[in-house]
Amino acid sequence: MSHDGANDALKTIGVKVEPTSPEEIDAFTLNVVPLLHEVKHALQRLLETGEPTTIDLGSIPLAPGEFEKIDAALGTGEVKVALEAMGPSQIYETQFSGVWRVTHFNAANEIVGRYVEVSRMPEILLAQETDVRVGLDLLSRKLSGETD
Amino acid sequence: MRKEQTLGEVLAANGVSRRGFMKFVAATTSLMALPPSMIGKVAHALENAKRPSVIWLPFQECTGCTESLTRSHAPSLEGLIFDTVSLDYQETIMAAAGHQAEEALAETMKANFGKYLLAVDGSIPTKDKAYSCIGGKSNYDVFVEAAKGAAAIVCVGTCSSFGGIPAALPNPTGARSVTEVLKEAGIDKPVINVPGCPPIPTSITGVLAQYLTFGQLPELDHLNRPKAFYGQNIHDRCYRRPFYERGEFAETFDDEGAKKGWCLFKVGCKGPVTYNACATVKWNNGAGWPVEGGHGCLGCSEPGFWDWGGFYKPLSQGQWGGWKTLGVAAAAGAAIGLASVAVTRSRQAKAREEAKV
Repeated sequence: MSHDGANDALKTIGVKVEPTSPEEIDAFTLNVVPLLHEVKHALQRLLETGEPTTIDLGSIPLAPGEFEKIDAALGTGEVKVALEAMGPSQIYETQFSGVWRVTHFNAANEIVGRYVEVSRMPEILLAQETDVRVGLDLLSRKLSGETD
Repeated sequence: MRKEQTLGEVLAANGVSRRGFMKFVAATTSLMALPPSMIGKVAHALENAKRPSVIWLPFQECTGCTESLTRSHAPSLEGLIFDTVSLDYQETIMAAAGHQAEEALAETMKANFGKYLLAVDGSIPTKDKAYSCIGGKSNYDVFVEAAKGAAAIVCVGTCSSFGGIPAALPNPTGARSVTEVLKEAGIDKPVINVPGCPPIPTSITGVLAQYLTFGQLPELDHLNRPKAFYGQNIHDRCYRRPFYERGEFAETFDDEGAKKGWCLFKVGCKGPVTYNACATVKWNNGAGWPVEGGHGCLGCSEPGFWDWGGFYKPLSQGQWGGWKTLGVAAAAGAAIGLASVAVTRSRQAKAREEAKV
């Protein structure tokens, strides 16, 4: 068997099912549309009552390729934030204002959480009370010459 | 970290910002399979959590469960061990050995009597206790001594939870689960079973995190498994379920159905009778799980899965061979075939009886 022939033969072995086109993913399962409806209801709630919602993507039995499809459906918007706290975090607003994609990594760069957050601003981006106090103390000591 | 310090104090002392802490809390909440709306309560509880003492005893096991745990990614094992729990005795990863290790175990048990969490992986031989010993003491005696002073016992893996592979018929060592040995020894302690071969690493750390966070045991099902991780059926949560509903099945592992990712029920998937979190939590940092890799679920978190009669037999064929198998044998006039089925059944029944002795 020629080299190319061997490669072609290898491709016929179904060792992993990985749909590649949007049509194939659609045919596979249908988690994406229900999730988008959940996001829509959360957005309505945010407007009407101000209540934020966080959806833990790790709790949904997603099929291969669905993470990518969810991200493609949500798109990207105007804000993109890189957070460094006990490992990096990627946070960006989607094309739907008020809908954020939040991905937390640990110090070893492994994903520890993936969320869709529906809020005016992701909670973790707000300056936290205790951190502000520490900052105030540090600045005060700096101005009084206690520290460099 | 001193034991009287809370986790919040330790993190603050190490310069971890509130944002860093909240990120840790979000990951831990997700780890415990709690809804994101609980993050505030988890944050409050974690801030004030004290460091519990944990003793981990390995018995008749393959170390697969420890391997699984050390690959746990959220929070990291190192973080869990050094920042939050005090793992005072774990033979596989502790630095101490020999008499030093035995002394550490004795001291921990004495100092924390009635308060430590006892984690066990591996089943316990009872036919002849000498089948498995550590430092000249039988697994049975080591376990009973440690169990007496435990606040609760966490069974890590199917072997300690239900007997596991060492208990497979004809069960030559008389392997028993922790629950069975406790009953035999007349010890009444809360038991949390975290079965799986191995368990999903985040299920192990999730249970430890829950104990650490809320100081109480999680809600359990009828097999003493935490509902957060074992409350849902693999088949119900499987992304291939729609194919089952449409009657689209892989008939072999290399046919068109297999290539198209259809339901694996007919090639032996035990998802319909298995309760675990593989379909959502997944494995290898969320990369996938057995069904996603094209293999049916083995049912490894269920009691007796090792003796179910074949990983590749559909559930509809029963445990010991279906009507189709027997029908073919009869049509061929193969009386010997039927006799051998009867002999096999007889052997299995006999082995079961012996195992009960």
